[in-house]
Amino acid sequence: MSETFTKSMARNIFYGGSVFFFLLLLALTFDTNSALPELDNRQNLTEQVAHGKKVWETNNCIGCHTLLGEGAYFAPELGNVYKRFGNSTDAIKGFIMSRPKDGIPGRRSMPQFNLNAEELEAVAQFLKYASEINTQNWPPNIQG
Amino acid sequence: MTYQSQSVAKPYFIAAIGLFIGQILFGVILGLQYVVGDFMFPEIPFNVARMVHTNLLIVWLLFGFMGSAYYLIPEESETELWSPALALLMFWIFLVAGAATILGYLLVPYATLAEITMNDLLPTMGREFLEQPTVTKIGIVIVALAFLLNIGMTLLKGRKTAVSLVMFIGLVGLAVFFLFSFYNPENLVKDKYYWWFVVHLWVEGVWELIMGAILAFVLIKTTGVDREVIEKWLYVIIAMALISGLIGTGHHFYWIGTPEYWQWWGSIFSAMEPIPFFMMTIFAFNMVNRRRRNHPNQAAVLWALGTSVMAFLGAGVWGFLHTLAPVNYYTHGTQITAAHGHMAFYGAYVMIVLTMISYAMPLLRGRTQANSNKSQVVEMWSFWLMTVSMVFITLFLTGAGVLQTYMQRYTETPMSFMEVQDKIAIFYWLREGAGVVFLIGLLLYVSSFFIGQDEPEATVPE
Ligand code: HEM
Ligand code: HEM
Ligand SMILES: [Fe+2]
Repeated sequence: MSETFTKSMARNIFYGGSVFFFLLLLALTFDTNSALPELDNRQNLTEQVAHGKKVWETNNCIGCHTLLGEGAYFAPELGNVYKRFGNSTDAIKGFIMSRPKDGIPGRRSMPQFNLNAEELEAVAQFLKYASEINTQNWPPNIQG
Repeated sequence: MTYQSQSVAKPYFIAAIGLFIGQILFGVILGLQYVVGDFMFPEIPFNVARMVHTNLLIVWLLFGFMGSAYYLIPEESETELWSPALALLMFWIFLVAGAATILGYLLVPYATLAEITMNDLLPTMGREFLEQPTVTKIGIVIVALAFLLNIGMTLLKGRKTAVSLVMFIGLVGLAVFFLFSFYNPENLVKDKYYWWFVVHLWVEGVWELIMGAILAFVLIKTTGVDREVIEKWLYVIIAMALISGLIGTGHHFYWIGTPEYWQWWGSIFSAMEPIPFFMMTIFAFNMVNRRRRNHPNQAAVLWALGTSVMAFLGAGVWGFLHTLAPVNYYTHGTQITAAHGHMAFYGAYVMIVLTMISYAMPLLRGRTQANSNKSQVVEMWSFWLMTVSMVFITLFLTGAGVLQTYMQRYTETPMSFMEVQDKIAIFYWLREGAGVVFLIGLLLYVSSFFIGQDEPEATVPE
């Protein structure tokens, strides 16, 4: 790099640029936060849904599945599973409940988590809530 | 080694390599589970093996960063480390906490682990990469604070260079952004939004400072190029990293319930994120070409050049591939993501830690400049085996990802996820093969520490 461009100029660009863009990120975060009520389906965020999120987390579902496209890529997207299962929480519960304890020979299988009735209902409601978040039309189709 | 206290870096590096082996063993298990679905089921389900794989990766990279700092900071500061005893104490705490957490994943169901670690008091578990029990997270913060104190005090009492300052800023940033892992709101959109303040602002933010500083340090040492020149480059690179990477976070805010404008902010800024990685490539090759001396540790120079190229390919090229919103709409959360994640992590952070280990470990083990020729030859073979097999892992996953994107997302008659997985199984078999070669390369790497130790040091190639 040329001699007229000195190390202290480079350092100033680093400090100035970082501070400026960090503040911009904060400003955009602030704006996002105020736009969220229209998008994040919070009107349906009941206590049961919150409990469902905890069931989702403490069983590490994200270790195999994606949720809104984030997570692991071993098993299907679940952000829209409520819709894929015909807008039915019962279908979701039935699926989770019926996983064989020892898996399906030779196939990828989902573990049997032995959830109780309350946990099952909660996690199904959580997935319903997730499916109603405004994701800018993602995923492209029902297959997720 | 100029300062006695630099020797605390040694256990950190050894632990890093040990955990690296564990990470790759579980990687190979995961790869097999992709095609033989019931492999180890239900004893070690996929999600458990994946947590072990990714958490070991993060933990050993942190060991590597800390070891690098303990080596680099005293030398740059021209003074002994503030407290070597504290550094050793933290080493053991971190190792025990890390091992206990991994054992927890493997020995009890995750829900039970959450219960016995009282996740309910402050629920932070069950999110990708942040699966550690809350107590482990608190432990990480304590270790990080003690570490920063130690490094910071050393910096204060010694010479202040741009390299050590940038390293320090990067490490402080690492600790600060980790604090977002304690924020886990019930609102899923907010949870996801701030999750990226840990993950994205680490790998496409502050970790780039750490990488840049280590690269600059090793280049100063091995090329003898004037420090002023190298530090100017360093500042420009990290300036570009943060200018592009901070708002570049937006490439994760396209489809998670956040406003549409992120498709513009994220696409434009993240499209600039390859620039700092490209500059690192130019920088490394330029400095080596302008070298004032030939350093006898040719393996370290190879790692330094290699990391600059592979980071650009993995982060820059494979990142750019899916970062524009219209592309990401189809590729989001597919094997394309996995392909990019592998090559970026390997090329940037695995390889920079191995660069530092390659440079420092011979000195920590009593050599004056470098290992014997024989040892270096084995190490360079392992470099090529691991790097080439990672290129193939990436290519096979990219093949899988392109087909997956097409069959499941793009075509008029989309197929279900599981159907598509069956159809692209051949790519997963190929990936597994490349993974086994990677493991062989890693074992060869480990063996290079035991080969040619009685032989004289390599001499400078003329
Ligand atoms: C140094 C080398 C490696 C690094 C840095 C690495 C890193 C990672 C990372 C970051 C993830 C999370 C991926 C994501 O969320 O996009 C991951 C997942 C995974 N890794 Fe590796 N890995 C390495 C080697 C391997 C090897 C050798 C194999 C096996 C052949 C392997 C198999 C897997 C599998 C199957 C997953 C799960 C992907 C999924 O969620 O579906 N990895 N690895
Ligand atoms: C060394 C630096 C980098 C590392 C270690 C890295 C690693 C990763 C990982 C592990 C993921 C998957 C996260 C998850 O599990 O959800 C990811 C996602 C992503 N990365 Fe990077 N990355 C790096 C740099 C970049 C750069 C420079 C770009 C853009 C030019 C980029 C673009 C993306 C995008 C767009 C995604 C989201 C993929 C999706 O929608 O599924 N990355 N990265
Ligand atoms: Fe990112």
